[in-house]
Amino acid sequence: MLEIVFISTLNGVLYGMLLFLMASGLTVIFSMMGVLNFAHASFYMLGAFFGFEISRHVGFWPGLVIAPVLVGLIGMAVERYGLRQVHRHGHVAELLFTFGLTFIIQEVVQMVWGKLAVDYKVPPALDFPAFTLFATEYPAFKIFMLAISIAIFAVLLLIVKRTRVGLVVQAALSHPDMVGMLGHNVGRVFMLVFGVGAGLAAVAGVIAGPALVTQANMAAALGPILFVIVVVGGLGSLSGAFVASLLIGLIQTFAVAVNVSLADILGDTQMAETLSVWFSDIWSVTVAQIAPILPYLLLVLILIFRPRGLMGNRES
Amino acid sequence: MRKFVGSGALALVVLASTALSAMAQDTLKIGYVDPLSGGGAAAGQIGMNQLNYIAEAVNAKGGVLGKQVEIIPYDNKLDPQVSLVQIQKAVDQGVRIVIQGNGSSVAAAVSDFVTKFNSRNPGKEVVHINHAAIDPSLTNDKCSYWHFAFDANVNIKVEAMTNFMKANEAIKKVYLINQDYSFGHSVAEAAAAKLSGEGSSIEVVGKEFVPLQKVTDFSPYIAKIRASGADSVFTANWGNDLQLLIKAAGDAGLDINWYTFYAGLAGTPTAIKQAGLEDKVFQITEGVNNLDYMPMQEEVKAYMAKYPDAPIYYPRLFNAMGMVFDAIEEAGSDDPVKFVPKLEGMKYMNFIDGKEGFMRADDHQYFQTMYISGLGALGPNQPFEEENTGWGWKVAATIPVDDTIVSTTCEMERP
Repeated sequence: MLEIVFISTLNGVLYGMLLFLMASGLTVIFSMMGVLNFAHASFYMLGAFFGFEISRHVGFWPGLVIAPVLVGLIGMAVERYGLRQVHRHGHVAELLFTFGLTFIIQEVVQMVWGKLAVDYKVPPALDFPAFTLFATEYPAFKIFMLAISIAIFAVLLLIVKRTRVGLVVQAALSHPDMVGMLGHNVGRVFMLVFGVGAGLAAVAGVIAGPALVTQANMAAALGPILFVIVVVGGLGSLSGAFVASLLIGLIQTFAVAVNVSLADILGDTQMAETLSVWFSDIWSVTVAQIAPILPYLLLVLILIFRPRGLMGNRES
Repeated sequence: MRKFVGSGALALVVLASTALSAMAQDTLKIGYVDPLSGGGAAAGQIGMNQLNYIAEAVNAKGGVLGKQVEIIPYDNKLDPQVSLVQIQKAVDQGVRIVIQGNGSSVAAAVSDFVTKFNSRNPGKEVVHINHAAIDPSLTNDKCSYWHFAFDANVNIKVEAMTNFMKANEAIKKVYLINQDYSFGHSVAEAAAAKLSGEGSSIEVVGKEFVPLQKVTDFSPYIAKIRASGADSVFTANWGNDLQLLIKAAGDAGLDINWYTFYAGLAGTPTAIKQAGLEDKVFQITEGVNNLDYMPMQEEVKAYMAKYPDAPIYYPRLFNAMGMVFDAIEEAGSDDPVKFVPKLEGMKYMNFIDGKEGFMRADDHQYFQTMYISGLGALGPNQPFEEENTGWGWKVAATIPVDDTIVSTTCEMERP
């Protein structure tokens, strides 16, 4: 029992941090620009493929730097020449624009790298088990992933809360005209924010690529869960996204370990017999079976009972 | 204005001439309805490459009944509903041979649609060539005269794989992990019954179902498998669900054997290599490219010169196409009404090993020699690696065709 609790906690934290790594860029863009960027997972995928291509030629570590910069530049171009033109037509247009972008990026990736998975490897320097816990090995690469996530969280939080840049960025969202009057170039601020957000997604891609499977449908597989994190965490809150990532990682991991169904809980009582007829479809479905769907249940509950999210500080 | 009239006339001439040449060039149209975008795109694309290769080869030899074979792709996005729309489109374009395979739920819908379509449209009959869907109901209670299954169904594969496992005395505890839909459940049930049946010393220590293609982090499942004390895992997972599972096992250093249906599918050999599970992952198929049969090896080399990224994964497509072409030649007609009877009971030399298989007339299930193979570093006389990993499939067991025959409950309605 202790073993399961321990290992599930560790697995949950590791997975949660991976999620945060992916969601951090999304939440930065969302909280500062108010744009729910559907294409975020696509930037993440671009990061993974760029990282793969660069690491094949010059190694993993240069890739970890170059790929996010490249994707960041692409993000800035998207903001400057796409999103900014669309912005004046309102949020729906923005949503649809980024939604369309996901398909374009997916097609481009398929054209360049094909539909098969690419052989993106963990760098040799990190390809060893870091420690062993109850006979389960934990690869050094996962610990590295954890460290990067925490570092990114800390740096982002510092920038937003403690620097002038963060101040200008936050002000530009709520009072763009006033910030413009004060001599700041609001357009450029948004462009930079979007670039940074895309770059963060790419960092996640470069790191998650070898850990998961790098292939042309990886964006579609991860996109939805990122929105859950941003909404559950709360609009405009980086800490919220951090907490939500951990929460979802832990919920999913612990749920997998629970092999209990309605039938087990209610046993063989008279009432159970009646209920089993009514709920025959879900009667013997275990919690483990629905584990990956639980985050979406959480999303629905949060939207109903606490629309601003766990730590959100704005209503919409 | 004159310029406009001139170009209009030119356009008309061009249009007329292409229409004429299309009429003159009577082709044998074969519709390939499989996923060419989305999650199943990789598998669909490999099938498409192989069909194109087969068509080119037969066209170079003069075609079938003197007609050139034309493969027309229809992207069904792995969706039953979209498939039906695409098949209708194919039929409207003159297709009467439909090849489909990926996804048992899709195959069930397609088979059903084709059967109904044929009863309502006499003279326009369509035949459904199923190259991959292996839910046993397709050749049992839901069997159809117009459906032919070229891959061995779940019952055949489970029977062969569990016999192989029972023969290995090192296997004591087996964990079953499968995808949470009809196919995964039928595999888990059949495997549990066979493994822990009479006279078996094997214990099934876990029976897990995972939502189809929704899990990103498989480490909790690996923790459960380890906690169960299993020495082997039996899984029919495919695609991401198998790749991520195996990578998570490699990460956690879980050192057990894996018995699978689909470890050869696109991307999975790469994941196995990355997980470092040498000679620990087994699959059951109708054969691998490293079999010692020279005519096939020559063909695979020629194929790989054209499509260098992945070796042949669907030898059964070669069987299926070869048999359909033979049936058409024999019947002297490409009308399904005429050539389908020729397919029933047909014997065929398998593409992959040159051994004889046969299409059982009772349920339209093809029976062929089956092979269990493991992935590892290439040995002598093993020329083909998988996905540039340096590892390739080597045969661990051969199941002769007579040992693969299972009973059927099919009561076929014949026209």
